[in-house]
Amino acid sequence: MWLYILKRFLLMIPTLIGVAAIIFLLLRVIPGDVVEAKFMNGEAQGVSEQVMAEERAKLGLDKPVWRQFGMWGWRVLHLDLGTSMWTGGPITEEIKLRFALSLQVALMATVVATMLAIPLGVIAALKQDTWVDYAVRIFSIAGLAMPSFWLGILMILGFLIIFKWVPPMVYTPFWVDPWQNMVQLIWPALAVGYRYSAVATRMTRSSMLEVLREDYIRTARAKGLWLKLILVRHALKNAMLPVVTVIGLEFAFLLGGLVVTEQVFNLNGLGQLFVQAIARRDYTLTQALVLLVASVFIFVNFLMDIMYAWLDPRIRHN
Amino acid sequence: MNNLLARCNVGIFALALSALGAVTGSALAQQPRYGGELVFPVPSEPPSYDGHKEETFGLIHPIAPHYNTLLRVDPTDPSGTKPVGDLAESWTVSKDRLVYTFKLHTGVKFHDGSTMTSKDVKASYDHIIFPPPGVVSDRKGQYDVVEAVEAPDPDTVVFRLKWPTVSFLASLASPWNFIYKADILAKDPHWYETHIMGTGPFIFVEHVKGSHWVGKRNPNYWDKGKPYLDGYRALFISSSSAQVAAIRGERAQIQFRGFTPADRDALKAALGDKITVDESPWDCVLLVALNHKKKPFDDKRVRRALTLALDRYEGSKALSKIAIVKEVAGVQVPGTPYATPPDELAKLAGYWKDINASRAEARKLLKEAGAEGMSFTFTNRGVPMPYEPLSVWLIDQWRQIGLTVKQEVIEAAAYYATLRKGEFDAAMDFQCGYIVEPDLDLYKFTSRERNPANYGFYDDKILDDLYQKQSRAPNVEERKKFVRLFEKRLLDEEAHYLMTLQWHRIIPHSSRVHGWQITPSHYLNNQLDTVWLSQ
Repeated sequence: MWLYILKRFLLMIPTLIGVAAIIFLLLRVIPGDVVEAKFMNGEAQGVSEQVMAEERAKLGLDKPVWRQFGMWGWRVLHLDLGTSMWTGGPITEEIKLRFALSLQVALMATVVATMLAIPLGVIAALKQDTWVDYAVRIFSIAGLAMPSFWLGILMILGFLIIFKWVPPMVYTPFWVDPWQNMVQLIWPALAVGYRYSAVATRMTRSSMLEVLREDYIRTARAKGLWLKLILVRHALKNAMLPVVTVIGLEFAFLLGGLVVTEQVFNLNGLGQLFVQAIARRDYTLTQALVLLVASVFIFVNFLMDIMYAWLDPRIRHN
Repeated sequence: MNNLLARCNVGIFALALSALGAVTGSALAQQPRYGGELVFPVPSEPPSYDGHKEETFGLIHPIAPHYNTLLRVDPTDPSGTKPVGDLAESWTVSKDRLVYTFKLHTGVKFHDGSTMTSKDVKASYDHIIFPPPGVVSDRKGQYDVVEAVEAPDPDTVVFRLKWPTVSFLASLASPWNFIYKADILAKDPHWYETHIMGTGPFIFVEHVKGSHWVGKRNPNYWDKGKPYLDGYRALFISSSSAQVAAIRGERAQIQFRGFTPADRDALKAALGDKITVDESPWDCVLLVALNHKKKPFDDKRVRRALTLALDRYEGSKALSKIAIVKEVAGVQVPGTPYATPPDELAKLAGYWKDINASRAEARKLLKEAGAEGMSFTFTNRGVPMPYEPLSVWLIDQWRQIGLTVKQEVIEAAAYYATLRKGEFDAAMDFQCGYIVEPDLDLYKFTSRERNPANYGFYDDKILDDLYQKQSRAPNVEERKKFVRLFEKRLLDEEAHYLMTLQWHRIIPHSSRVHGWQITPSHYLNNQLDTVWLSQ
């Protein structure tokens, strides 16, 4: 098992290096740069070429690309992400601010999704082709069909029209004021969690249906085992493999991918920061964010691999 | 009978009392009230805190309340064109108009308790006009006219100019020219990029990046009795629907940039009397840059045809319902001192009242130029409002004189790189100012060789000469004459650039907000010293 974990861990390193190199080069290929974005944004147009050249030199953009990559890579190796080219502030500070919020929304949405998906998926599989199954399927298909930002807009409009109220616009950390924090974040978590649960519900249902037809389930039943025990110990544990994959990948996606939902609820999260960084051609910040999100994806995959091995002993033994 | 008289007297007395009450009540309603926190969304966020370096309203809206400037634009003037003193108590101008001497208010303190003197004003202007190596000053070029800034005594600042210019006071009223502390600038000229230390009506409390900015009342503010608010909170909200929701849900009271007509109508319908709507022509305009380096746009007949095709009056009626544009204008915002009177405007190409005659002339000119039925690409910026609706309108107008126009949309961050390289036929360009002042507004249209923001890529010595003449004119009437000549050459005779429609600023705000005057610029009136909230 330890050898398996070590192998998986070592595989993360070349993946991260590849991601870093690709994003570094891609950013240099797209037109415009941070100096253009800052000084040629329509509000300021009279800035001379000399001022722009000075600013580029200050940011190190006048150096050859290979040298810029070398300098950046060296800093990253020393766990120094540098400063934002747009604000001049340390990137760790920029990310730290948003990470707590995005992580909390992702965790809350995962809890919402898991609490909905697993019971509904199991019930739908057990009651296949009954009205219960149909109801669950309609509920989950509606969730898949409805983008979470659209549900968010509906929620806000509903609050405004019915209660003349909108959720707070400023993030309050949970440890500062739990009530205020929940009043702000529960709504995006519900909007995102619903769509997320729809994917997981359908996966749980189909996976359960497959497992329930396996020989070992029939054997367990023939032995006269208690149905609840068969479901929890034998069926659900085995059916969870693909569901864990879906939940893990969705969780990783939520950390940086909630751009529009964050805008709708005015959440100061990583998704908005990502879009701003790209629009402003803030190379250093975009690179750091891509590395962060890639690391989260790789780490979540790593955890899922370990979980697979725990759920299915055949994987670790092979 | 006595009873009746007595009743009458009581009635009259009651009526008089209630009338008095109404008068007093109305007077009281106008009396500024102390207290409260003003909350406003800001659609953008400052890259740094240094007003001398940045250009975005995302800096002005949250940061201006921490600072004073030497002069400011009169906060009660709806035209936003009248400079008045801020830190300057009074000033004199020498007969040759080359020396401006300003007397400063005494007893002005920075937020750290130190006294503000002329040394600080000089250091701030030196930071803008003569920046030390490594310091970016976006406005250095605006003050080419300044030869030296002097501080002969603690209460006096003197500006010596190289040549006389009428717009000098207006340029000193720039809302960006915060007065910084000389000692700090001497130690570190970059300090103000990341810190706040001013003399303004509000003291900095916190900035949570991407979230909000908070200021609290300066109890030692030099302008006694002000400010009225206990503090303010700027919320950084990029989504326009979230900004509207913030106002509608009463989480915020005002947004100082502007909303669309649809947002205004939705807010008014939802909140009724709780919302007051202020509107004004906006000192921002989208222009069509015609690339003179490309054929057939080097031919003025073609350029004139393109402007003659536009029915700006009908366009205004239709577009003002869906976009933030409205006024048909020349080179100055309507309602301001140098604006073109409507009768004169109607004589310029593209502003004729008879659109059929105008388009017939356009077709004739195209035929003469051999460009009948030509096709070209119109490059537009990837910003929805108001670029998209205006672009659709322009293309439709040109179609009506037999032209085929393809639209190419370029992402906002890469847009001006395309323009600067001249890789376009015709393109949407933009101009926005903090004060309606010909020197500032017309500079963009001077020759490319002296002005990198000219994306028409033309050189026109006559236009440059007219620019200089209006700038150095001895009086308003003389200056008006040169502004009109400049306008005629720019928009009619040469049609170097095409004006679309003036932007229209719509500010729906809580009816509790008082003491704030809308102006044609969203860079003005953000010091918040005069703003107060009723109960």
